[in-house]
This record gives sequence, structure tokens and C-alpha cells, in this order.
Amino acid sequence: MKQILILSGKGGTGKTTVAAGLAHLASAEASLVLADADVDASNLELVLHPELEETTPFEGGVKAVIDPARCTCCGRCAEVCRFEAVIDGEDAYAVDAVACEGCAACHYQCPAEAIAMVPTQAGEWYRSRTPWGVLFHARLFPGEENSGKLVATVKQNANLWALRHKANYLLVDGPPGIGCPVIAATAGTQLALLVTEPSMSGLHDLERILGTVAHFGVKAAVIVNKWDLKPARAAEIEAFCRDRGISLIGRIPYDDAVTRAMVSGDPVTAVTDGPVTAELRRIWRTVATILAE
Amino acid sequence: MIISVASGKGGTGKTTVAVGLALSLLECPPLDVASVTLIDCDVEAPNAALFLRPSLGPEETVDLLVPQVDAEACTLCGRCAEVCQYHALAVVGDKVLVFEDLCHGCGSCTLICPESAISEVPHRIGTVARGRVGSMRFVHGHLDIGRPMAVPIIRQARRGAADEEGVVVLDAPPGAACPAVASMRGADFVLLVTESTPFGLHDLQAALQVARDELGIPVGVVINRDGIGDDGVDRFCAAEGVPILLRIPFERRIAEAYADGVPITQTVPELREAFLGLYDSVREAVS
Repeated sequence: MKQILILSGKGGTGKTTVAAGLAHLASAEASLVLADADVDASNLELVLHPELEETTPFEGGVKAVIDPARCTCCGRCAEVCRFEAVIDGEDAYAVDAVACEGCAACHYQCPAEAIAMVPTQAGEWYRSRTPWGVLFHARLFPGEENSGKLVATVKQNANLWALRHKANYLLVDGPPGIGCPVIAATAGTQLALLVTEPSMSGLHDLERILGTVAHFGVKAAVIVNKWDLKPARAAEIEAFCRDRGISLIGRIPYDDAVTRAMVSGDPVTAVTDGPVTAELRRIWRTVATILAE
Repeated sequence: MIISVASGKGGTGKTTVAVGLALSLLECPPLDVASVTLIDCDVEAPNAALFLRPSLGPEETVDLLVPQVDAEACTLCGRCAEVCQYHALAVVGDKVLVFEDLCHGCGSCTLICPESAISEVPHRIGTVARGRVGSMRFVHGHLDIGRPMAVPIIRQARRGAADEEGVVVLDAPPGAACPAVASMRGADFVLLVTESTPFGLHDLQAALQVARDELGIPVGVVINRDGIGDDGVDRFCAAEGVPILLRIPFERRIAEAYADGVPITQTVPELREAFLGLYDSVREAVS
């Protein structure tokens, strides 16, 4: 079983469009398990017609709660908290649950033993059936911590399912950025597909995500989305990839069909046989070849 | 006044709006605006400098204070590993191992150690640079490659901004998790930039929940690439009573200028008036 992860650094470059298209194309010739590792903006489910089969609560971590009856207002909690999460009150201190990182320093330091660490449900993860494979996805409750831990949970369960059902591929739609959820998504990946766009920002962020996957020893290939919107910038990206010895395996043209597919809630490849679909088909063949090596 | 420009979905145009708003306020300052500051809080993928080309001072490093165990004084009691909520410490054999990348720098282990054997040492996770674009103050941060934790860099980039007179525009990262929260918390107003597609709407809902419902900050929406997609965002905003404060049309010249790092107010000068109008609506909502 091979694991493919779609990343970008910069958001909104077309990760989910590529993921859904590849899922649709690849499922015709191989068995797939799918995962959406963008747990605070999970969009893959919007284009894969998922039928929900299982929901599991995700316990993110703990948060401090101060018992006002025991609080003596000594202020030790506010003194030790480095996250500005303790709110000074008149009769008792209180904890701002959004700011609390659950470190428990206040809990251990409170001389009145007035602070409890309470587990919080930070989200849910789901297993759904789609026409193109079983999808593991999740929702981090807005503002919660531990997105990396939820990404790891989604991926572990997708991985187990893929191994148990002898799937050929696990295809993971990743989060934007280069930080904790991206690092969590990278674990166990054989090939990272880096989707970028022909702009200065696209190139700048491509360089950062490429550095990140290289840091974790993951092989990468680049896809330029909407490359014809600015061919000169696309050429810069090609030159950059050549310099770094990274294969550029796809140039997806701009096409309104992508937005139309998003509106109808389908993978773009399932609703049009135009140039975007042709290029995604070519990309999938290249990916399969790279992974077979 | 602090205005945070956030979105949920990535790539909807946060940087376009943050830069457009800041430059409009700088070039045609309303009477109540004494100064303009732009802080790029998207420390994982910071792009505002590509559009503003600021002159920057020396980089400050951002360090997390992580534990260092004095092996002489340590009795291997394991209390530090027990209290650490992030599994950043472990007693293995006759040693205490520290996993810096898991540490949140909370200091709990240092406080709890009965032998006072733990001191804290700086562990670099990124940088912040401060500078100027004309008379505008500019700050951005960079998370080091391979490091997981963005929030301390956002905090350091924002340090001092609350005391700032005038307008502070924060260019937030995408999503609705801790880095987005750290870039909205303490703001007077959150502008949510979206596009009128199902993805834009889905992620707008999450960002709205953070800004309005969790943090209690007044919000308004900017629709970018107006005209693509469907009317889902319009209907959602009407139903939720969220004002749509600006619509930026979908035009090829805007996309091309974006690709070249040209601020939108330079490509479409008419938009400067629209950004000033947007600022008026924000000021009215805040006061």
C-alpha cells in the first residue's frame, strides 16, 4: 500500500480539486482509501458524495477549570500561566478556554487545589463510503487546539483500514501551511504532491513546503495549477524545480469547469472530459509510475 | 483599532485585502487614522512582503523556553514527565530525554521539579522582522522549516500592537485552529474574506464560529472573485445577519497583478475608495 499526500504551503491552490480528481480517476484501476487531513477546513467531503457510516468523538486534550468556591484569589495561576489564559476576577479567577493550552501548570501550582483539568471534546472524525473509496475525514471544532493530533488520528485509522482491506493506495488531501498539522500528515507518506500556482506567492510558499517535506525525508513532485493564468510565473516555477531536481509532473490549465464541478459537488474529472481532466489523467499515470519504481 | 483579516479557506484573498486596506488608509488617511501598521500573521506562508517590499530591520529570533535537566541534580524521580501534558519529557534509563518539538514552553516541569534541577533554555522556532513601507509600520514572522508551532511566532509578531495608535491590520493564516485564533484574538473587528463557492462557504462558517461565537468579535465579509460559483455565501450571510462589506470582481488583470506581487489598489485604483468605505463601515461597527 502506497501513501500519497497532497500539500501546497499556500492555501487555495487547488489541493482538494486535485485530490478529488485523482481519487475518481485512480479508483477505476485500483482500490483506494481516502483521507482529508485538513481538519479545520475539510472540503474533500463536499465533492465526494460521502455516505456517513461512523462518527467518533475526538478528545483533544484537557483545559483548566477553576472551582470558584475553592479559589482564594491568590493569583498564583495567573502568575504561572504563559498563555494569558487566566482571567482575574473579583471573587475568583477564571480560565479563558480558548486561550488555555491545557499545560496544567496552574493545576499543579494552585495551593488551594482549586483547579481541575477537564477533558474536552475538540472535534469528531468520520468514516464515510464514497463511490471512489472509503473516506476518513474529521471536523475540528472551531478554535480548538490539537489539529495535529486529530490529523494523526484520521491518518492512523485510514491507514489501518487500507492495510486491512488490502487497498493499493491511501490518498490524503493535506492542510495548507508548513506547521503542526502538515507535519502530522507527512508521517508515512511515500510521495508528496505539491500543488502550486503561477504567482510570486505560489513560488515562495512552494519553496517552504518543499523544504518541509525534504526535512522529513519525503519524496516530492510538483503540480502547477492554473499555469496558463501567468505563463511567465509558471516558467519561473519550472526553472526552480529544475534547479532543485524536483520533477514537475503536471500543468493544469485554468478552466471554469473546476468551479462548476465544485458547485455541483463532484470531482471535476467526473463531470467534464476537458483539458483539466486530460491533465489529471496524465498526472495520475505519472504518479502510479513513480510509486511503482 | 485592530482589524484582523481572516478566512477559513486558504487562497481566498486575505493578503490582497489586508494589503489593499492598509495601503488605502496610508495613501488617503481618514482624519481619525494616526498611523497604519500591517502585521503578517501567516507565519507558515507569509506573503504580504512580496506585495509591499518593506525595508526591514534585523531579524529577531523567536525562541521557545524548553527544559534543560541538570544531570547532577536530577534524581530521576520522573515528576517532570508526569506533569508534562505534551509528552515532551521522558525518563529513559538514567537520563531525562527532552523532545523540544513537542514542548509548548509552559514551564510546568521547571516549577514542579523537587530538586530544582530544571532550567529553561531558548530553542529557536522562527523569526520576526520589523520594518517600514513608507510611513507604514510592517511586521512579519517566519516559522522555521520543520518546526510545528506557529502560535508563539504570531504572538511575538503582534507584541506591542495593542498599544499602537491608529489602525493595525493583521493578515491571518487560513483555517480555524490555534494559529487563526491567535491572529484574531484581541482584534476589534474581523474581516472574513471568502469566495462564493461551496468550499468558500463551508470554511467561512468555521471562521465565523471562531470570530463571532467563540471570541465575540464583530465581523463582516468580503467576497473575492465575485461572480464565480453560486449564491450560497450571499444567502448564508443574509440568514446569519452578517454584513457583506465589499465585493472584489473576478478579473484577469487582478489575477495577473496578484501573480506579479502588485497590490490590488495599484491595478484597480477605484478600489481605494471601496477600501476606505470598508474602513468606515468597520469603524461604525466598532464604535
